[in-house]
Amino acid sequence: MQSPLVTEALFHLGPVPITAPVAVTWGILAVLGGGAFVATRRLKLVPGRGQALLETIVATIDAQIRDTMQADPAPYRALIGGIFLFVLTANWVSLIPGLEPPTAHIETDAALALIVFAATIGYGIKARGLVGYLKTFAEPTWVMIPLNVVEQITRTFSLVVRLFGNIMSGVFVIGIILSLAGLLVPIPLMALDLLTGAVQAYIFAVLATVFIGAAVSEGEAPAPRRDSLQKER
Amino acid sequence: MDNLIQVVSIASAALAVSFGAIGPALGEGRAVAAAMDAIARQPESAGTLSRTLFVGLAMIETMAIYCLVIALLVLFANPFVK
Repeated sequence: MQSPLVTEALFHLGPVPITAPVAVTWGILAVLGGGAFVATRRLKLVPGRGQALLETIVATIDAQIRDTMQADPAPYRALIGGIFLFVLTANWVSLIPGLEPPTAHIETDAALALIVFAATIGYGIKARGLVGYLKTFAEPTWVMIPLNVVEQITRTFSLVVRLFGNIMSGVFVIGIILSLAGLLVPIPLMALDLLTGAVQAYIFAVLATVFIGAAVSEGEAPAPRRDSLQKER
Repeated sequence: MDNLIQVVSIASAALAVSFGAIGPALGEGRAVAAAMDAIARQPESAGTLSRTLFVGLAMIETMAIYCLVIALLVLFANPFVK
């Protein structure tokens, strides 16, 4: 049985080995980015079917960010929405036969969590200034500084391990079942994997929102809620 | 000698996962029960409750996932097995 921690190179680009997860990631980026580019070329005031779908997605993500952070979602929409859609697509890419979710390998998750980590610091500094952000580590007292620093690292690490563990265990279990039972038997488990993938994508995005929200919060008045969005859900 | 290390590794991986799953299972059960209770009392706040519940469950579940990762490290990336 192949170890889930090892990836083999698919092909070499010059001296750089390219593994299957990286290639799949590029494919997802191309599909999502290209799809968004094509879909937003001809935006109309009265939306057609595709534009209505896009607007629903954006409005839902906006509502979630507003509910979680109690702030205007505009500065965070691109990052959070991008993370959510990417992780969701990556988790569901196993619907295409022969492809394995890139999130089932720890490197992809580590990269995503590092983006969240950097974004937390970046938004924190932007909202409070460098000194102001560093001061939040000394809250409530200076005794908490080591704990707060450790917390930053462990929660990033747990982001990595949570996504990796969930998706990889799904892929792994299906591999084991396939080697035991074969045709049609793993299908219920695959359906369960789709549910897990969606939930994990949602949780990754919500946790990213919570971390960024905690870094920027205080000192900002909550944005007014749009009642129409609340009623929709 | 190498064989003994592998035997112990497999046994400890099984132990880590089985005992590591007990705590999170109990915790998740309590969390879901409390959320059900709250939704039964206040059905109008079901949206907020279930969002918080999902995030909380993910947090609890992380403990079990840590054990799974430790088990995988012991099985596949054991530093004492060449």
